Amino acid sequence: MNKLDLQKIAVEVRKGIIEGTHSAKAGHPGGSLSAAEIFTYLYFEEMNIDPKDPKKEDRDRFVLSKGHTAPGLYAALANRGFFPVEDLLTLRHTGSYLQGHPDMKHIPGVDMSSGSLGQGISAACGMALAAKLGGKDYRVYTLLGDGEIQEGQVWEAAMFAGFRKLDNLVVIVDNNNLQIDGAVDEVCSPYPIDKKFESFNFHVIDIDGNDFDEIAKAFAEARATKGQPTAIIAHTVKGKGVSYMENVGDWHGKAPNDEQYEIAMEELRKAGEALCQK
Amino acid sequence: MIATRDSYGNALVELGQEHDNLIVLDADLAAATKTGMFKKAFPDRHIDCGIAEANMTGIAAGLSTCGYVPFASSFAMFSAGRAFEQVRNSIGYPHLNVKIGATHAGISVGEDGATHQCNEDIALMRTIPGMVVINPSDDVEARAAVKAAYEYNGPVYLRFGRLAVPVINDTPGYRFEIGKGVQLRDGKDCTIIATGLCVSEALTAAEKLAEQGIDAQLINIHTIKPLDEELVIAAAKKTGRIFTVEEHSVIGGLGAAVCECLSEHYPAKVTRIGVKDVFGESGPAKELLHKYELDAEGITKRILSEMK
Repeated sequence: MNKLDLQKIAVEVRKGIIEGTHSAKAGHPGGSLSAAEIFTYLYFEEMNIDPKDPKKEDRDRFVLSKGHTAPGLYAALANRGFFPVEDLLTLRHTGSYLQGHPDMKHIPGVDMSSGSLGQGISAACGMALAAKLGGKDYRVYTLLGDGEIQEGQVWEAAMFAGFRKLDNLVVIVDNNNLQIDGAVDEVCSPYPIDKKFESFNFHVIDIDGNDFDEIAKAFAEARATKGQPTAIIAHTVKGKGVSYMENVGDWHGKAPNDEQYEIAMEELRKAGEALCQK
Repeated sequence: MIATRDSYGNALVELGQEHDNLIVLDADLAAATKTGMFKKAFPDRHIDCGIAEANMTGIAAGLSTCGYVPFASSFAMFSAGRAFEQVRNSIGYPHLNVKIGATHAGISVGEDGATHQCNEDIALMRTIPGMVVINPSDDVEARAAVKAAYEYNGPVYLRFGRLAVPVINDTPGYRFEIGKGVQLRDGKDCTIIATGLCVSEALTAAEKLAEQGIDAQLINIHTIKPLDEELVIAAAKKTGRIFTVEEHSVIGGLGAAVCECLSEHYPAKVTRIGVKDVFGESGPAKELLHKYELDAEGITKRILSEMK
């Protein structure tokens, strides 16, 4: 898929995030929007998956360790054909299968239930280990928040992955620099993130996480890396694509009201139209 | 005499021979949890995660989503305590096919003292929706429980002890079924419902009580969740006086499960014999069981005083 098509899909994913959180009157748009390109690239380019057979045995796996950004994952899955896009409007509604955090038992395409921070990366390590034990060549991807890596379990998992040389594992850190209580380096700084993963025997790649060229290059480099897992530190903009949400921490876990929803959707419509004219 | 942790290690080796998808995880305690035996037999299927129980729990979850049946092993304090939230969210919530092999439960850990004597694990584990909680009483039952846990599709918490205990279930026709209690002695005056290593102590206690003119029924509850409610209710109907005995806090364990069941279905007086809302302490296991009145003598004394 070419870059322009990916960009168009990322706009649709962003619309899904806004539609879902607006309908839910709750949810986490900021970190979903910052990772829209990553979700898009994984589900439309990188991963070996089949929406018609979500549990295919040798599929690549994805674990959303930063599970609160489920609106982004769901929007990517829906646009990829795992379930109807209209269902995004049921996000967080009573009785909906689209739970506030990923639920593998009920959502087609979700490989692991997650949401309690720090736990998803361990499950991803378990999946990568399973591939190694079984001599399978599927790959495992997990997306973490930069606030999430304050959890000690992340480093237990990183030590395990580096020690076990899980080169079929790609850890992506969505480094948008904002967490609930403020900037990550003001709350409890995780920096330098790259050096930390390097010291745990990861191959580390720093990229602009909202740029498809850099994302594509990084995933190719990860695939070519043997004998150690890869960590992609994706420098992103929280709230990316909606002007009033960009780099505003308050949009971590707040839904747009009706007026804000209209503004966001109008901006995204225009962004989509601009891409269509290219 | 054999500790149920040894039974765990032996059973894993036996099962490992039959099933290629069985993986054993440990957190730097393979010698103590007895998974070292499995490591020796199947080095490629024994994964030592180091001293990182939270991560081990997640590794187990991930492995199970890919078709493996992991037995994640550590001390009860860390399996159920340290990693409680990982067990709840990464295993319980998605109802994954992970088995938690928790050894060194209760005060019979002995000399290590209170920090390592987990008297709260049954309470913690049984509140997790869908979690099966098994506390076997001896070698025969422990090995049968490990096999049943493997065959059962879903999360299971298996509780084992450090202390060697007598074998009491080596009887012809012994059969282990998850969720089914076993009557070990019939009686009409009261019912003792015991679990884990307290079962053999309760068996001796029942004999001592008989000498004192008290004819006690004895039920072994190896599966605390799901509880064999039918058997518990039938016992209450029959004798009308229940004593529960466990090497666990009186809060939240077998005693609590029995009280919950009876208060809803057939109210009867229940006395919970267990660790009385206190931390343990260092000392040889047998001395501690005596001090905390969980040996045959302590159980007998308590029941006699209550039945006066």
